[in-house]
Amino acid sequence: MSNMVLNPNIIFYVLIFFSVYVQVFFLVTFFENRRKIIVRNNKIKITKYPAVTIVVPCWNEEATVYKTVCSLLNLNYPKDKLKIFLIDDGSTDGTWNAINKFSHYPNIKLFKKENGGKYTALNLGLLHTETDFFGGLDADSFVDPESLVRIMSYFEKDPSAMAVAPSVVVYNPKNLIQNAQKAEYHMGVYMKKMLSFLGAINVTPGPLTIFRKKVFNDLGPYRHGHNTEDMEIAYRMQKNNYKIEHCNDAFVFTSTPGTIKKLYRQRLRWIYGFINNTIDYRDVLFRKKYGNFALFTLPTGIVSILAVSYLFGQIVYDLGDFLYSKIIQVRTVGWHFTAESINPDFFFLDTHSALFLVVFIYSFVIFAIIFGRKMAEGKWSFSPNIFYFLIIFRILAPFWFLKAIYNTILKRKPSWR
Amino acid sequence: MNDKIDWKKYLIVFLITISLFLTAGYLSNYFSDQKINQIKLIQDNIAINILSSETQFSLLQELSCKNVSGSLLSSELDELGRKLEWGQKNLGDTEEVSYLKKYYSLLQIKDYLLMKKISQSCKVKSAFILYFYTTAENCSLCERESFVLSSLREKYPELRVYSFDYSIDLSAVKAMLQIYKIKDTELPALVLDDELLTGFHSIEDLEEGLLKSFKLQEAKPEGDTKTGS
Repeated sequence: MSNMVLNPNIIFYVLIFFSVYVQVFFLVTFFENRRKIIVRNNKIKITKYPAVTIVVPCWNEEATVYKTVCSLLNLNYPKDKLKIFLIDDGSTDGTWNAINKFSHYPNIKLFKKENGGKYTALNLGLLHTETDFFGGLDADSFVDPESLVRIMSYFEKDPSAMAVAPSVVVYNPKNLIQNAQKAEYHMGVYMKKMLSFLGAINVTPGPLTIFRKKVFNDLGPYRHGHNTEDMEIAYRMQKNNYKIEHCNDAFVFTSTPGTIKKLYRQRLRWIYGFINNTIDYRDVLFRKKYGNFALFTLPTGIVSILAVSYLFGQIVYDLGDFLYSKIIQVRTVGWHFTAESINPDFFFLDTHSALFLVVFIYSFVIFAIIFGRKMAEGKWSFSPNIFYFLIIFRILAPFWFLKAIYNTILKRKPSWR
Repeated sequence: MNDKIDWKKYLIVFLITISLFLTAGYLSNYFSDQKINQIKLIQDNIAINILSSETQFSLLQELSCKNVSGSLLSSELDELGRKLEWGQKNLGDTEEVSYLKKYYSLLQIKDYLLMKKISQSCKVKSAFILYFYTTAENCSLCERESFVLSSLREKYPELRVYSFDYSIDLSAVKAMLQIYKIKDTELPALVLDDELLTGFHSIEDLEEGLLKSFKLQEAKPEGDTKTGS
């Protein structure tokens, strides 16, 4: 041990330690519960079909809303038990005309209101909901025909379940950025399932999470929640010990940002929402009475924000250092290329312990993506999307993380899109 | 609903994480040891080569300069120097690395003395620069001087540069510091043809000195023969 590598950078190793810890925690949870993960491929029946209201808030969604509603009408669920509310939240495009095509359906109700934000549209729907179950569906998402009945089977099985979230997967990915997100959403399926085993889900996604109406009767309607109302309600439920489940075989296909700019805005909103909801609910943090949500989910998010920001800072520093040295070299002796770099020597390969730890972390992440895909598509396979995800997000994520921190400090709110 | 927290699991995960850290540390150590061993091997190799050249030179005296091979050493010393520098930066400034560095400095001095002797006796066109730098403090001029020297070396293969860390705890290096009266306030310092140059010197400055040194060598042999005859 005479030459044990001691890096003076303690913060770096602390962050790496927590990152490895989080991944191992997920993996241990997986091996603990893997027998409980059921993927149903066929149509199922439940004994009772409780009435459900699904609210589709629309704001300038003329391009996708028609298909969204059609997917709802195609749900394998008794038509008289499914109420659909289409709410035009002050759209300025042809959304109202698009949803008017459904006005003659007996189980569809249309609402038009002044623009007030997604949470206000959901609350309008809540106000008119008379069923015991309530859910939202973003107007850019499409449900799988079997999704609702599978979700409802969770409520039937477990009377204590207060909300059931679906598996959100990417709809029709066309380019590199969307394919990268496809892998990311697969990882999301895996992580959400693991969090559900821990009773620690922190987002009830806008696409098709179904709640017992009681949740809102007890805890109040949706709040603005820093433009992430689907996160805020989950935090509120966790704070009040309301159980959130994840139905891994209920699929919702969602349209994802196709450009870096749009992706940046979406993620900025998410991360900003995470930071600020966590600040709002800081009294929950590390309190054991709030369970794994307080001891694992929230700290994990905080560690990831710190780690991404720190690593980014380090890369910028290293790059600056390298460029500075290059500039000095060029200014001293002019351009010249050394022959050394042509002949690679294993000796010069970095073998810090950090390198191996990062390899461990990436292996866990790749496992998560592959298993998430197995849960979503029912097949074990390896796709290059994993690398698109790892590379693209590795480069881009620090920007929205840092901007979200910056915005939080300045208390500036990011716009919806 | 969250029931009780499974503390045992938090502990188990902690232990697994610790063991992953130890594994990573072990792997890292293993590769560091391999690298140290590689450096040692190169050093031993060079030591044997120098010793062999020295012996060969003593045996043959000036009879056959053709057989004295010096050019071999230079590139090996270079490689060793680069690997040691990298090792110091990346493997940490450990005892083992600083020991290897001392050994390296010693080998350089031996190589310098031998090559100087060979070049004088065999009339090989060559030039030597002794370069003193510091790692004890931030020396931006040293960094620039290193760039100058490595590009000079590429331009003139006959040039041999020996670099020494001013703060190294080695009596042989300290003796050289005394001989050339080098102070730590004047780093980087260069010795070219027994002439001390302190501070930063550009490529053009040194080139001038170098060419002069080459010319002297060309002129010298004639003078020597004259006095001899």
